Amino acid sequence: MTVRRRKTETPAQAPAEKTPAPPVALTIDALGLKCPIPIIMLAAQINDVPLNATVAVLADDPAAFTDVPAWCRLKSHQHVASYDLPQGGWAIHVRRNY
Amino acid sequence: MAYFDAASTHPLHPAAREALLAALDTGGADPARLYGSARRARLLLDQARAEAAEIIGARPEELSFTSSGTQAVHLGVLGTLLGRRRAGRRLVTGAVEHSSVLQAGERHRRDGGTVDVVGVSRTGRVDPGEFARAVAREGTALACLQTANHEVGTLQPVQEAAEACGEAGVPLLVDAAQTAGRLPVPPGWSVLTASAHKWGGPAGVGLLAVRKGTRWSSPLPEDERERRRVPGFENVPAVVAAVAALRAGVAEAREENARLSGLVDRIRREVPRLVPDVEVVGDPVERAPHITTFSCLYVPGEAILTELDKAGFAVSSGSSCTASTLRPSHVLEAMGVLTHGNVRVSLPRGASGAEVDRFLAVLPGVVRRIRESVGVGS
Repeated sequence: MTVRRRKTETPAQAPAEKTPAPPVALTIDALGLKCPIPIIMLAAQINDVPLNATVAVLADDPAAFTDVPAWCRLKSHQHVASYDLPQGGWAIHVRRNY
Repeated sequence: MAYFDAASTHPLHPAAREALLAALDTGGADPARLYGSARRARLLLDQARAEAAEIIGARPEELSFTSSGTQAVHLGVLGTLLGRRRAGRRLVTGAVEHSSVLQAGERHRRDGGTVDVVGVSRTGRVDPGEFARAVAREGTALACLQTANHEVGTLQPVQEAAEACGEAGVPLLVDAAQTAGRLPVPPGWSVLTASAHKWGGPAGVGLLAVRKGTRWSSPLPEDERERRRVPGFENVPAVVAAVAALRAGVAEAREENARLSGLVDRIRREVPRLVPDVEVVGDPVERAPHITTFSCLYVPGEAILTELDKAGFAVSSGSSCTASTLRPSHVLEAMGVLTHGNVRVSLPRGASGAEVDRFLAVLPGVVRRIRESVGVGS
C-alpha cells in the first residue's frame, strides 16, 4: 500500500474497525440502499431502542460511511464505531443518547 | 435563471468577449513564424504573457499557457516529479485537492511512486503542522496545495506550507484555480496552476508557472511551443481573452469580493435559520469570497438539484448520483460532513442580492417537499 492517509490532530473521518462487531439492540438492514435512505431509516427507528442502547446500520453505499457519523454529530447521538462487513459494506454502530 | 455555479465555470467576462473577437481577427497566425501577421500574433501572446505574469507574481519566462487548468496541473505535478526523481518519489498532497491533482498522484503511484495524503479538519483545512511534517520526510519530491477548496471554499494554509517547503527544500505546487483573478496569489510557490474559465476567461486556457530554478521535465513528448513545457499550437485569441478577463477581474476584485462575500454570509446565516436539519460546511471566515456549501438531512442530492433547476437556479452538488460517479465527493468525505443533500452555491461576479433573496425564499419549500416525498416531515 503506497497511499498513506495521515491522521490530523482532529481526524475528520475515523477508519473502519476490522474486528467483528459486538451485539446490538437493533439491526437496520440498509444494504443495497442509497443515501439518504439508510439515514432516514435510522432516524425513524433510533427511538425504538432504550436510552444508551446501540443500533447497527448495515449499509454498503459509500456515502453511509460518512453520513451516519455526520448524522450522529448533528443529532447529538453517538457514533460508536463502524465495522467492516465480510460481504462488503459496514455495520455502523450508533448509541441512542436521548 | 440565476447562475450560482461559478466554481464550475464562470460566465465569460465582457472584457474577454471583446478581446476574443478582436484577437480572432488579428491573432490567428502562427506566433512561431516570421511574417507580419505571425509577428502580430507573437506580440499579442508576449503581451498577454507579460501581463498575466505580473498579476500572478511571476516572470514572463516562467509562465506557459496550457490548454486547460487540468492540463496545467497534470504537467505541473508529473513534470516536477520527473524533474526531481533523483530527490525522491514521494508526493505530498492535501486530502481535498482538485481531482486533477489526485489523479496525477494516482498516475505517479501506478508508476511506482508514493503519495502521502494529508488529512483535513472538519472545515476542510489542511493541518499545517501535519503538512510540514509530511513535506520534511526523506524523499519528498513535490508538495501540492490548493489556495481555496473548490467545493467548500475553505482557504488553505499556503503561506505556512510554503515556509515548510522552503525549509525542507521541496517545491510547492499551488493550485490557484478558485482564487486567481479574485485574491492575490500567495507568494512562496515553485509551481503555480490556474484555469481561465474559472475567472471569466474562455475555456481552453490554463496557466502553468514554473519558478526559475525549479527542476521540471516534460512528462509528455516535447515540442518547441511554450518554452517546451506545453505541446501544441497556442490558442492566441483565447489566451488574449483570458488575460483580458484576468486583468478586469483583478481590477474589480476588491469591491466585488466584499459584495459577494456579504451575500455568502447571508446564505450561510439564513439557510440554517430557514431550513431545519441543515449543516453549513466549510470555514465561515477563512474562505473564498464566492463559495459556500450546505447539506440538507434526508434529501437526495439529485432531487434538490432538479427542483432548484425547475425554480430557476443553477447550482451543483458533491452528493453521489449527481455527477458521473457513484461515490460522494472526496472533499466532503475527507471532512467527515454530511454528503447527501449537498448544495454548492458559487456566485459569479455580478450575482445580485435579489437573486440570493429569491433563492432563500424558494429553498425552504423545495427541501420540505422533497422530505415529504421521502416520508420525512419537518
